[in-house]
Amino acid sequence: MKRYESWGRFPRAAHSVFALNWHSQEIDFPRFTNKVLAFGLGRSYGDVCLNDGGTLLDTEGLRHLIAFDPAEGIVDCEAGITLAELLEIFLPKGWFAPVLPGTRHVTVGGAIANDIHGKNHHRAGTFGCHVLGFELLRSTGERLFCSPDQNAELFRATIGGLGLTGLILWVRLRLKAVSGPWMQVEHLPFSSLKEFFEFSRDSDSRYEYTVAWVDCVSGGGKAGRGVFIRGNHAAGKQAQGEWKSKPAFLRIPADAPGFLINRCSVRLLNEIYYQLQSAKRGPFTMPYGPFFFPLDSVEDWNRLYGKAGFLQYQVVLPEDGSARLKEFFEKISNSGLGSFLAVLKHFGPKRSPGLMSFPKAGVTLALDFPIRGRKVFDLLNALDEIAAAAGGSVYPGKDARMSPGHFRKFFPQWQEFTKYFDPAFSSDFKKRMLL
Amino acid sequence: MKKIFVAGALSAIAQETARCFAAEGAAFFLAARDGEKLAISGADLKTRGASSVTVLAADFDVLESHAEIVRKAEAELGGIEIALIAYGFLPDQTACEQDFDLTLKAIHTNFISVVSLVMQLTPLFENQRGGTMAVIGSVAGDRGRPKNYVYGTSKGALALFLQGLRARLSRSGVNVLTVKPGFVDTPMTAGHAKNILFADAPSVGCAIHRAILARKDILYVPGFWRWILFVIQCIPEGLFKKLKL
Repeated sequence: MKRYESWGRFPRAAHSVFALNWHSQEIDFPRFTNKVLAFGLGRSYGDVCLNDGGTLLDTEGLRHLIAFDPAEGIVDCEAGITLAELLEIFLPKGWFAPVLPGTRHVTVGGAIANDIHGKNHHRAGTFGCHVLGFELLRSTGERLFCSPDQNAELFRATIGGLGLTGLILWVRLRLKAVSGPWMQVEHLPFSSLKEFFEFSRDSDSRYEYTVAWVDCVSGGGKAGRGVFIRGNHAAGKQAQGEWKSKPAFLRIPADAPGFLINRCSVRLLNEIYYQLQSAKRGPFTMPYGPFFFPLDSVEDWNRLYGKAGFLQYQVVLPEDGSARLKEFFEKISNSGLGSFLAVLKHFGPKRSPGLMSFPKAGVTLALDFPIRGRKVFDLLNALDEIAAAAGGSVYPGKDARMSPGHFRKFFPQWQEFTKYFDPAFSSDFKKRMLL
Repeated sequence: MKKIFVAGALSAIAQETARCFAAEGAAFFLAARDGEKLAISGADLKTRGASSVTVLAADFDVLESHAEIVRKAEAELGGIEIALIAYGFLPDQTACEQDFDLTLKAIHTNFISVVSLVMQLTPLFENQRGGTMAVIGSVAGDRGRPKNYVYGTSKGALALFLQGLRARLSRSGVNVLTVKPGFVDTPMTAGHAKNILFADAPSVGCAIHRAILARKDILYVPGFWRWILFVIQCIPEGLFKKLKL
């Protein structure tokens, strides 16, 4: 049974659900007495996918492929198809998703609405950079094909538009040619942020995919240590052989008790993870699945955080502000709140067409915190302050708690954005941001 | 390359099964009522790897049309290796209790029409001495329950018919698969409150794909329904009357 909740499971919301199955489907918007919002697989951490008291338009049934051009690698597909399914269908034909997030279980529509990014941002930019167009259904009943040339303003507003500009029915996407499912990967342990920046500078031009895991709970000599992971699609001999993605090997069947993720367990997990990851340096060949989606091997891992849920915090600091990163780590370490999954990456200068797109050139840090009372909210507010002062911003697609004031500082273009809203659409994020 | 005829090709379950076969390069003849949606589903299968797709807008309630549909499918595909019959009608039980026409419609669509279509297909399969007819029934056909016995009757009668036919055709090497899905989250059940027993259409569709290839006789899907129905069928009638199932 499908659960209509966000991935962080905070806040909670109650909805009516209306399922969509065809992009040709007529939707009688006036029949909904409350506001609507598209909902795919609920992998957004925060409240951009929630619409408390309203209706969710479930897009999971919108899974028809419409056309594929095998010469150019251009696919037309309905918005509810997942990146997992696109990979399954097109990788055997030599085509890969242009941008992949940390899970394969996201819909193409959601990837556009959140203008997602991945380990290749420094080269490829965001998902929106590879979208050639899409059909947008407005509550007036209009179906608008939006592209850089047609309805260009709605095109820009919808990429990263958090589902507030209407319903994306189908998408024209440019895939990327690869030689197979294998990756050539290297792990480089580092002991300080300075080293991370060195590895990053050295790697970003030669490696298509780079990311770092960083330990932000250990203090003392271990502070700032981490593992830099870089990879390319394997070519030639290393690219030989089939690989089929397997279902998750473990599923978390119920909410774990709230105390499971605590300072000690997080510290222990960080230690184990650091030792394991830094032990295998490579270069070695591995399939794309575990390289891009290590967490997909545990289904419903968000339940490990217990009933109260968790917050994901992702911030980007511009190049000249990255010196402030140290402040972040000090604040987090001093707060006593641990994050197991701390991810660090350099964003490149490639601009997304999206008006509200989050990534910009600089360094980005993503953290997970279990929710235990006020303390974590206070910490994240303090981090928002640092980000705002440094000219950075926080990712709305993952947010469940930033203040409207900070949001407006992070996205000074917010007023222009509101011009493209569809009045029948809303979300808990929109309401929280007082938009 | 499998040659597949799908009757009721727009059912969510049929589309999922067809997608599994499409990935293996099958050739399709799709028939269902809505021509516009058939075009979308056809393009979907083609893009997923189907070697050819022909569509025909058809209403299977019209029994007189069955011979012609089967003839066209056979001609278009050059023989039919797999026939998947997936259309069905889930009426509101309470409404049926007051309305014989509605009851008849359920029995007509789910039983009479399928029998007619299967009988049109049978000589063809017998002649080629092989292939599979897969028909979607329901767990509701295993025992009459106050909540849905009209739908259950139509599917139960169908299961009985297919059971006899299966034994008969086994001598000609033809396989008859009765699929008994439990609750599946599809447009057919859109108005029903969902609970933990509901399965998603893709997993049900792929299970049917595997069962067809494995030449199974009866498929409960998801598999746990076999045990639920076993228990339900064991309850003595005297007690069963009193249960609110």
